Amino acid sequence: MASTAPIAPLPTLPKKHYLNDGTTVASWLLTRDHKRIALLYLVAVTVFFVIGGLFAVLVRLELATPAGDLLSDDSYNKVFTMHGVMMVFFFLIPAIPGTLGNFLIPIMIGAKDLAFPKLNLASWYIFMIGATFGTYSVLNGGLDTGWTFYTPFSTVASTSAVVPAALGVFINGFSSILTGLNFIVTIHRMRAPGMTWFRLPLFVWSHYATSLIMVLGTPVLAITVVLVAAERIFSFGIFDANRGGDPVLFQHLFWFYSHPAVYIMVLPAMGVMSELVAASCRKPVFGYTFVAFASLAIAIIGFFVWGHHMFVAGQSVYAALIFSILSFLVAVPSAVKVFNWTATMYKGAVSWQTPTLYAIGFIGLFTIGGLTGLFLSSVGLDIHLTDTYFIVAHFHYIMVGGTIMGYLGGIHFWWPKMTGRMYNELLAKISAALIFFGFNLTFFPQFVVGYLGMPRRYHAYPPEFQMLNVLSSAGASILAVGYALPLSYLIYSLKYGKVAGNNPWGAVGLEWTTTSPPPTANFEETPLVTWDAYEYPARVEGHVA
Amino acid sequence: MAPRVDAFYLFLVGLTAFFSILIALTVIFYFVKYRRRSPDQVGTRIEGGMALEITWSVIPLLITMVIFGWSTNLFFAFTRPPAETLNIYVVGKQWMWKFQHLNGQREINELHVPVGRNVKLIMTSEDVIHDVFVPAFRVKADVLPGRYTHMWFNPTKPGRYHLFCAEYCGTKHSGMIGEVVVQEPAEYEAWLATGRAEGSLASAGGKLFQDLACNTCHRPDAVGRGPVLQGLFGRQITLGDGGRQTVDEAYLRESILTPNMKLTQGFQPVMPAYQGLVTEEGVLQLIEYVKSLGTQPQSQPVRPASGGPAPGETHTPSPNEVNR
Repeated sequence: MASTAPIAPLPTLPKKHYLNDGTTVASWLLTRDHKRIALLYLVAVTVFFVIGGLFAVLVRLELATPAGDLLSDDSYNKVFTMHGVMMVFFFLIPAIPGTLGNFLIPIMIGAKDLAFPKLNLASWYIFMIGATFGTYSVLNGGLDTGWTFYTPFSTVASTSAVVPAALGVFINGFSSILTGLNFIVTIHRMRAPGMTWFRLPLFVWSHYATSLIMVLGTPVLAITVVLVAAERIFSFGIFDANRGGDPVLFQHLFWFYSHPAVYIMVLPAMGVMSELVAASCRKPVFGYTFVAFASLAIAIIGFFVWGHHMFVAGQSVYAALIFSILSFLVAVPSAVKVFNWTATMYKGAVSWQTPTLYAIGFIGLFTIGGLTGLFLSSVGLDIHLTDTYFIVAHFHYIMVGGTIMGYLGGIHFWWPKMTGRMYNELLAKISAALIFFGFNLTFFPQFVVGYLGMPRRYHAYPPEFQMLNVLSSAGASILAVGYALPLSYLIYSLKYGKVAGNNPWGAVGLEWTTTSPPPTANFEETPLVTWDAYEYPARVEGHVA
Repeated sequence: MAPRVDAFYLFLVGLTAFFSILIALTVIFYFVKYRRRSPDQVGTRIEGGMALEITWSVIPLLITMVIFGWSTNLFFAFTRPPAETLNIYVVGKQWMWKFQHLNGQREINELHVPVGRNVKLIMTSEDVIHDVFVPAFRVKADVLPGRYTHMWFNPTKPGRYHLFCAEYCGTKHSGMIGEVVVQEPAEYEAWLATGRAEGSLASAGGKLFQDLACNTCHRPDAVGRGPVLQGLFGRQITLGDGGRQTVDEAYLRESILTPNMKLTQGFQPVMPAYQGLVTEEGVLQLIEYVKSLGTQPQSQPVRPASGGPAPGETHTPSPNEVNR
């Protein structure tokens, strides 16, 4: 095959691009270029992922033995809390929108930047200030409420740094809101001529749906954490049963945001998936409009299912049934997406490169994560499963198996566009495989140990659960290697990676028509769009994979 | 419940396995069969198909509705305790479980129950939210401060079973564990009889009723400043604002701790609040005492409280009774 391919000249980096357009620290920290801001997010969320990951390491080390022998009970409680807070608020929520969304949305729609570049930079600073409070609360004695801040424990019982952590989450929320607002306005107003709504890449559609949740849901979280902090400082009694308050009210407010927040985490990953699947197969995503509207359906129905977190919290029988049936309805658009991605592979030209591995890994893990969601939407079974390791396994399949697979797949797919260079393909494949197997070994046993009755957030546990916990800890160590590898070979590639050229994958999409890395203004001239998303020509000329 | 929950669980496991394997095999098959054979190859242009989209929207919808129906059926069984139950009071606090049997027997972190009886737990917390979880019985319910929650089970096999706190409650959350000890009825009765020293819960409540001087206003002869408590439990009363209220455990608790929240029609707000003056266990004893006054003939119709005990459960106190 190599003999039939024309010998293309080796690609070279463009002379001028966004990375060398200003090299001072100020040119980065005061940049209004969405691509540079995306890289600021990339660095920041990587740091928080590493911190959150180190907490996870401590959790898995402690749980390798039934006795609580490595950490004290208070330390363990702080460790799992900080793992959750760091990962959810400072990694999972901002990861894909902040990095890939920021970098790609303007380029994908043929715009020079987001609608409000300064606001975009402000979002990053707000995020950093919020995250600093979060990190400060770790150093200042830690937080031991669980990432869910349940009252009245968080308001009257906990002696840890609840107020700084709540403040961190509160501030961070504004970053989400402003990013969401920026994306919505950008997608409405900044599309290039000819880029109609139904020519938008599905990545953009899913970010649009995500942005709606960010804008509509986050304020409720802000109100909730302010109430918690106010209750701690001023003892209002809103959540205090002894003074006519209702501790369960907190759970309603919290999950009204935090369930949709799951979709803030997973919808962008679904957007990445659609791009990866289309480019991997070099054909349009099967059922484009269904996939696009499935994102919106998930975002909308997702707002009405929060009560399924509270089936055992004394809610009324009929409320429980309504939340149960609505939760089942979310399964339908999620299933539609999985079927459409799978169908896209039919008669495709399926690449065996790293992004494809992440895409099929995502399909597998998200399918298990989604189907186990049916167990938990079933009130009659959720009574047994909730607050056990079954829950822990389920949401890690969605958040790690879904969001992080999507995130890493996206990073690998667009890395050549962001940096202009390729990473080591063999190492990338090895790490994708390690992550897939390590992940399953870590979390699959947790489904079993959960059904057997091991409660979550337990520092010590009965000895009969040890075997499954040891498997889980063993898997976690493989997973850790899988995550450490990309960090090293991606950094290495920045200097020594092969120059990628404009379109290393032979993919369609506006981002592949500009240089790698793109110029500061993204395109030499504003593109005129006359084709649908994923409209592949009969052959990708002269492409050497 | 356990076999019914397990059957449903296994059905879902089968369904999950079927769809996961189906999708995994399809993906792997396409991954291999349609692998890119030359660098410039592209896929066959297929936009989609309405029939397929509808099929794979409707089938999942139907399947999830079947699951919903089955699960709801289980849920109703869990939320509707049988009419006749053996009631045991549970008070959770950081980080221990206190169980009170009606005859006055108390225990900590161990719950003795007879095999084959419908056991109903009436639960509350002294501080933060806890949760009683007995994995072997597939039951779990949050234990909330300021409220009573219920759950019931019917143990079928003698033995010792884990009881976990399943709602994170602080430092010793993982130490807030205990055991359910399921015994043969005779063995259970013998065990129960060892705890008569303090008298039944209702008689302890009666004593507390005297100590707190409740009896000065709540007199049996309708001339006191408070409502007559005889025959009150389970009745529907009219409140000061005209609303109707069933007298159940939750209402009695509220009326002891914050009496002016829901005054009975025709009475003045003269009762002091006992919030902070009576422990949760004291409140439970008082409630049992009020229930024990329930045999008084009544002129008003009696209706059982929803979720509360049926009328047949009210009784006169006797030192070693078990509520039936």
